[in-house]
Amino acid sequence: MSPHQAIFTTLFAVAVLSFLFSCYQRVRLVAIGASENRFDDPLARLRGMFRYAFAQKRVLARPYGVNHFLLFWAFMLLLTANGAFLLEGLIPGFSLASALPAPLGHGQELLFDIVSLVALGSVLVALARRLFFPPAYLGNDYTRPASGEALLILGMIAALMTAFFLLNAARIALGQAGTWQPVSSALAGLLNGLSPSVLEGVAGVSWWLHALVLLLFMNLLPRSKHMHILTAIPNCYFNGPARPNVQSREAFEKGRRYGVGSVEQFSWKDLLDSLTCTECGRCQDLCPAHATTKPLNPRRIVHDIKLNLLMNGPALRDGAPGTLALIGDAGEGTVGEEAIWACTTCGACTSVCPVLIEQMPKIIKMRRHLVQEKARFPEELLNLFENMEQRSNPWGIAPSERTKWSSQLGDRTFKPGETEYLFFVGCAGTFDSRNKHVTVALATILDAAGVSWGTLGREERCCGDSVRRLGNEYVFDAMAGENVALFREKGITRVVTQCPHCFSTLKNDYRQYGLDIEVLHHSHLLARLVAEGRLTPAGQASFGKVMFHDSCYLGRHNDTYEAPRIVLAAATGTAPAEFGRNHENGFCCGAGGGRMWLEEQSGTRINLERIREAMQQRPDTLCVSCPYCMTMMEDGLKDLGVADAVRVRDIAEIMADGIR
Amino acid sequence: MLVISCIKQVPDTTQVQIDPVTNTLIRDGIPFIINPYDAHALEEGLRLKDRYDVRTVALSMGPPNTEATLRKACALGVDEAILLSDRAFGGADTLATSKVLSAAIERLAAQEDVGIVFCGKQTIDGDTAQVGPGIASRLGFSQLTLVDRIESIDFPRKTITVRRKLEGRHEIVEAPLPVMITVVRELNRPRYPVVAMRLAAREAAITVWDNSVLKLDAATVGLKGSPTWVSKIFSPERDQGEIIGDGIKNPVGTASLLLDKLLDKDLLTI
Repeated sequence: MSPHQAIFTTLFAVAVLSFLFSCYQRVRLVAIGASENRFDDPLARLRGMFRYAFAQKRVLARPYGVNHFLLFWAFMLLLTANGAFLLEGLIPGFSLASALPAPLGHGQELLFDIVSLVALGSVLVALARRLFFPPAYLGNDYTRPASGEALLILGMIAALMTAFFLLNAARIALGQAGTWQPVSSALAGLLNGLSPSVLEGVAGVSWWLHALVLLLFMNLLPRSKHMHILTAIPNCYFNGPARPNVQSREAFEKGRRYGVGSVEQFSWKDLLDSLTCTECGRCQDLCPAHATTKPLNPRRIVHDIKLNLLMNGPALRDGAPGTLALIGDAGEGTVGEEAIWACTTCGACTSVCPVLIEQMPKIIKMRRHLVQEKARFPEELLNLFENMEQRSNPWGIAPSERTKWSSQLGDRTFKPGETEYLFFVGCAGTFDSRNKHVTVALATILDAAGVSWGTLGREERCCGDSVRRLGNEYVFDAMAGENVALFREKGITRVVTQCPHCFSTLKNDYRQYGLDIEVLHHSHLLARLVAEGRLTPAGQASFGKVMFHDSCYLGRHNDTYEAPRIVLAAATGTAPAEFGRNHENGFCCGAGGGRMWLEEQSGTRINLERIREAMQQRPDTLCVSCPYCMTMMEDGLKDLGVADAVRVRDIAEIMADGIR
Repeated sequence: MLVISCIKQVPDTTQVQIDPVTNTLIRDGIPFIINPYDAHALEEGLRLKDRYDVRTVALSMGPPNTEATLRKACALGVDEAILLSDRAFGGADTLATSKVLSAAIERLAAQEDVGIVFCGKQTIDGDTAQVGPGIASRLGFSQLTLVDRIESIDFPRKTITVRRKLEGRHEIVEAPLPVMITVVRELNRPRYPVVAMRLAAREAAITVWDNSVLKLDAATVGLKGSPTWVSKIFSPERDQGEIIGDGIKNPVGTASLLLDKLLDKDLLTI
């Protein structure tokens, strides 16, 4: 064994063992998490992994993602080249080019040469972006775009590629390597004047530079944010349920814990998420709470969970208590309560994350702990919770008032076996004076289209959306159980709601309680009635320039983007104008996740941000499809003093006008 | 030391309607709640337990279904819940009610030093505000009504200093223990039960004392022992209202119109 080979073999062994040990430590950290079944349906999981990890679907959703896509695939291909390189160090005389038959050998030379150039180019673009034109969302209160870690990693990759080219160029100049390497050959041309001994020196230094940087890089991965290179692919494989907003049920039995108050109570997948975060900042960019300078940043939540895990994990693994509280105000590594309550559960973070991290469900888990184990929550919620338990509506209005809105319409009670659709009016549609207009408009349309519908009247109860998103699972569990029993008793199989929150809860959350029925939001039903020719609006509803605001619970949480637009186009004769942020990039009104019932104490107001965005286009009518959005938009217009210039209408109101 | 919170289970009056024919309360399907003022009485007992070495008891007289409300008190953390329930206690007015509650407190006092009895300032169904004072008079306890803050408790001297909320002013009062305190809502914010306690409360033992335990003369309790009775319940006729101005187009002008009206009718006191 030559000294060269002996030194390299030793270094290689140390580096590989150290790398494996680091990985083992990380796996053990993840393993302290609670169990969660993410092993079902392997085919669907593989498809997801291919789509998001290998095809980089979400990475490519933004233009700069192309650069990452190129770097990712360069990396994948160069894995072979680097494997061959390491073998070359271990086995003297080994070379992939000579190990393969000539055409293949030439092919791989060409491929690796070109791909290395692509990788070098991508790294330089990435460096330039971080140094000279970073997007605002790359940095935040704990890191900056040109952080030492980011520059170090990019520098190492650049060094790897440079060393690769220098090594090959020197070898070509020495006549030791094939010339199916255009980039290296061109570089070799520059080295031509050098003596063989100098070229040998260049080759030797480049080889060792490449070897050392490679081994170092490998060991840096599990200890930095570039851990994602190892975890992103499995993280995409273990992706959660299709609807991250449907929180898992909790079993209420003596001796159990509720929610997450300490890092090991997160599931192993939550912990894997925290190690997978690449700090790309896209969730931070889209979060409405962060955009209005509230102390919530979904990226920071994941970051803090990771730091807490790294800090407490070893002790927790040995059964000792952690030293750093997960929830509190101890700075990095702890999540502040105000941040936990600031979330509107709009789902922007979960729908934008390129590696499918589930930020928002972690927030709900921590809310569950605060509400159910500590009884600690913003004080406005005490009334809400009591109203929900006592009177099954957020306002605490007597349930006997539920039929008031329909007193002019005669008996509209759902009759089992006779009525087709249950019209689940919802608390806002029942009690909120503005939203009652929407309810009446929808009832008018349904009658005009000859739809058989009825309500539960005084028997209707709140669906429980707000309490579930606020972490009061105990109360939600009881409400859902009662509602599902009532639906079964009445033999209800088709439901239409006028609120996306009722819609999503009945459709998705109640499925956990065994209720599998057809649930429609009124936009679905109205679009269907238009398509079937049962609703024939003249297309002349006069609302001027109508701009449509996506509801998070209809759009992002249920992928319904077109139905309300179809309804609007049919009623007004033209497609609605769009906000700058629309469809899956839509911006929350600020009322989801139970925020409807909470004051916005810090930062600016989310609804005002949305109204300002709307006003850039001078609409005459803001169109919504959700009672919460209705309230927030109307309040926002009043607060900005433009309520005279712009009106807010639900799609049902516009359609009701359209068929008049 | 024992701290007793007297609580009453009342119908959720926002949901109660009066049958126009019979002039009685329609109670069908109306949920029961803890009298809101009593929730503050309960909370203050629990706060003392959080701070001092005292034992808390929730005490309620009512029909057997009052157990539900006492379980809620257990979920909030009282050490013991006692239900005073007997057919003989039914139909009681404030005099007879305070008699039964006092007898129960005396029974507790025979075992343990009773320091404070908290009551809500009144109930939302009866609105008499007499039961608390009735207890204090019968037991010879100091009587502090309408308390909105406990300033201090001096355990060695056995005194308590509280702030009373009176119309337009506050009054700081010191009194010797034992004391009966009626509380107003400003005193505290009731806590919310944690799930573990709710689950434990489902199985908590509720002590039930009937008249075989309290041994009161049946003629002095319940309907028989009540010198007052309700002869009629009715909703007062309300005069037709009046819409003043146009609050949407001219909110400021309308507000000043409203103020003028209120001043004219001398409805604003300064």
